[in-house]
Amino acid sequence: MNPANYLYVSALLFTIGAIGVVVRRNAIVVFMCVELMLNACNLAFVTFARINGNLDGQVVAFFTMVVAACEVVVGLAIIVTIYRSRRSASVDDASLLKR
Amino acid sequence: MTSNSLVYLIALPLFGAAVLLLSGRRSDRWGHIFGTLMSAGSFAVGVSLFLKMLGNPTGERALTQKLFSWISVGSFQVDAGLLADQLSICFVLLITGVGTLIHVYSIAYMSHDLDRRRFFAYLNFFIAAMLLLVLGDSYLNLYVGWEGVGLASYLLIGFWNQKPTYATAAKKAFVANRVGDMGLSLAIMIAFATLGTVSFQGVKEHASQASTGSLTAIGIMLLVAATGKSAQFPLQAWLGDAMAGPTPVSALIHAATMVTAGVYLITRSNFIFDLAPTAQLAVAIIGAITLLFGAIIGMAKDDIKKALAASTMSQIGYMVLGAGLGPAGYAFAIMHLLTHGFFKAGMFLGAGSVMHGMNDEVNMRRYGGLRKFMPITFATFGLGYLAIIGVPPFAGFYSKDKIIEVAFNAGGVKGIALGTAALLGAMITAFYMTRVVILTFAGSKRWDDKAHPHESPFLMWAPMVLLALGSVASGFFFTHGNSLRNWLAPVVEATPSHEGELLSPAVVSILALVLVALGVGYAIIKYLLNEVPQVAPADVTVFTKAARKDLLQDNFNEAVFMRPGQSLTRGLQVADTKLIDGAVHGIARFAIGSGNLLRKTQTGFVRSYAMWILAGAIALVATIWVVTL
Repeated sequence: MNPANYLYVSALLFTIGAIGVVVRRNAIVVFMCVELMLNACNLAFVTFARINGNLDGQVVAFFTMVVAACEVVVGLAIIVTIYRSRRSASVDDASLLKR
Repeated sequence: MTSNSLVYLIALPLFGAAVLLLSGRRSDRWGHIFGTLMSAGSFAVGVSLFLKMLGNPTGERALTQKLFSWISVGSFQVDAGLLADQLSICFVLLITGVGTLIHVYSIAYMSHDLDRRRFFAYLNFFIAAMLLLVLGDSYLNLYVGWEGVGLASYLLIGFWNQKPTYATAAKKAFVANRVGDMGLSLAIMIAFATLGTVSFQGVKEHASQASTGSLTAIGIMLLVAATGKSAQFPLQAWLGDAMAGPTPVSALIHAATMVTAGVYLITRSNFIFDLAPTAQLAVAIIGAITLLFGAIIGMAKDDIKKALAASTMSQIGYMVLGAGLGPAGYAFAIMHLLTHGFFKAGMFLGAGSVMHGMNDEVNMRRYGGLRKFMPITFATFGLGYLAIIGVPPFAGFYSKDKIIEVAFNAGGVKGIALGTAALLGAMITAFYMTRVVILTFAGSKRWDDKAHPHESPFLMWAPMVLLALGSVASGFFFTHGNSLRNWLAPVVEATPSHEGELLSPAVVSILALVLVALGVGYAIIKYLLNEVPQVAPADVTVFTKAARKDLLQDNFNEAVFMRPGQSLTRGLQVADTKLIDGAVHGIARFAIGSGNLLRKTQTGFVRSYAMWILAGAIALVATIWVVTL
C-alpha cells in the first residue's frame, strides 16, 4: 500500500484532535483530543521511518508515548483536582488567572 | 636652603582651629586664649625665620621645605612644598603680626558673644590658609590657600548669620570670589598646557619659551583672579557688603591681608607679567579705575565701615596699579600693601572701638564729638588717618607718593593718564578720610541719650596703639636706604626705570600735598564749619545718589548677569520639563498604551490560547511552505 495514505490518516486524526481542543469545553474531552493529536504525530513518525527505511522515526515515537503517558498522569490529576473543588470540568470556568 | 620649621607657621594656627572646632563648648572658657597663643606662636616662628634669613647672604635667603609628593602623574609632578623667600616673609610677618594683634583685640571685642570660641577657630583657620597662600611654592599650593581664605572669609562675614542680610552678604562675597577663582584655575591650566609645570620656579624658568599670546592669556586670567579676591573692578561689589562680619574680621581679612592676596599673586607672577606687556597694562588700568571707583564711593558713604571698605578698595587699587607698572613698581606696591596693612587695620579697629562704645551704631551722622570720650581711639585713628592721606612723615606718604611717581614716569600717554588718576585719587582720599574723622570725632554730638560713649578696654586699645605706631614709622623704615626695595630685589628683580623722569620725586610730593590740602580743606568747610544733618540729605546730585549706591555696581551686575542668568535657568527649566521630561513620559505612555492593547488578547480561556497556538503553527507551516515552494 502507498505509505502516503498513512500520512493522510495522520493528518486527518491531527485535524480532528485540534478541532476538538478548540471547540470542546469538557476538560476530559479536550485532554483526549490532545492525546489524539499526539498519536497522529506518532503515526506520521512511524510512516516516515518506513518511507526512509531507518529507525529514527520509530525511536521518536517511543519517546512521544512515554511523554504522553507522563502527561496523562499529571493532566488527569489536575483535572480531577479541579473537578473536586469546582464540581465542574469545564475549561471555560477555570479562567480565574486573568483577574 | 631647606628649613624644617616652615611647616610650623601653618601647623600651629591650623592645630588651633582644629582643637577649637572639635572640642566644642568644652573649650569655651579658654578657647580665645588658646587661639591667640597659636597665632602668636606662628608669629614667633615667622620672626625667627626672618632673623635667620637676615643672617644669610642676599642670594641664598629663600627657605624651602618639601612636605610630601602631592600629585605624581607621568611627567606631571607637584610637591606640597613651602617657599619662604623675601616676598613671602613680608606677608608672613604682616599676617601673623597683625593677625595676632587682632586676635588680642577680639578677645575683648567679642567678649559678649556666645560663639566667641567659634570665632577664634575661624580666625585661626584663616591665618593658616593665608599663610599657605603666601608660602606655597607652586600655583597649585597657592590655590589651596586661596580657596581656604575664601572659605574663612565666607564663614566670618556670615558669622552672625542669624541675620538673613548678613548671610546673604557672605554668599555674595563667596560667589564673587568664585568668579575670580575660576580665573586662577584657568591660569593654572593654561600654564600647565603651555609650560608643562605649575611651580613658581618652573614657570619662571620656562616662561621665556612660551608665546606672548599664551603668557598674556595667563596674565589676564591671573588678573581676573586678583580682581575677585582683591575686590577690584569689575568684581568689587562684594567688599562693601562684607562689612556685615564682625569688625575684627573687616580689619584682618577685608583690609590688611586677604584682599591683598591679588597684589601678592600679581607680584609673585612678575616673571609672567614682565613678558606680557598687554596683561601688565591691563593690571595697571584696572588698578587706576578701582582706585578712583573706590574713592568716589567712599565720599558718599555714611556707614563708617562701608566708608573704610571703599577706602580699602581704593588703596588696593593703588597697589594693583603699582604692581601693573612692572619692575619699577612691584616693591612700592608691596610697600603700600604693608603700610596699608598697618594703618587700615588700625582704623578698622578704631571703627570697631567706636561702635563698641556707641551700641553698634555705624552711621557716622549719628556720631560727632567723640574725641572727648574716646581719646585713645581718636589718637590712633588720627595717626592712621594722617598715614592714609599721605602726610609726611607718616607711612602712606612714602608708599603712595612712590606709586604716583612711578606711574607718572611710566612714559608717554599711559604714564600721564595713570599718574593723573593716582593723583586725583589722593585728593579724593584726603576728602573722604577727613570727612570720616570729622563726622566721627569732631563737631557737635549727634547721638541720642541712650548711647553712652566710653573708651574701650585695654585689650582693645593696646593693639590699636601698636598698629598706630606701625602707621607712623613703617614708611620711613621701609624707605630708609631703600631697605624694602633692596630686600625684595632678588624676587622681583627691581631695576630703576630707564624712561626719562617726567616728574621728579619732589614735584610729585608737592603736587600730591597741594591736592591733599585741597581735599582736606573742602571737607573741613563742608563738614566742620557747616552743620551736619542727622539724616543724609535727599536733594543731592545724581552722582552722589549713584555713589551712595556703590556707583550702581549691584544694579549693573543684576541687569547684566543676574537677570539674564535667571532667564537662562527659567528657559532651561522649561526645556527640562517640556522636552526631556516630555520625552521620558512619552515613552512611558507609549509602553502603557501598547500594553493595554496587548492585554485584550489575554482572555484567560484555555481554548482561545490553544486557538492562537494553532493559528501560529499553521502560519509557520504556511510560511515554510511558501518559502520552499
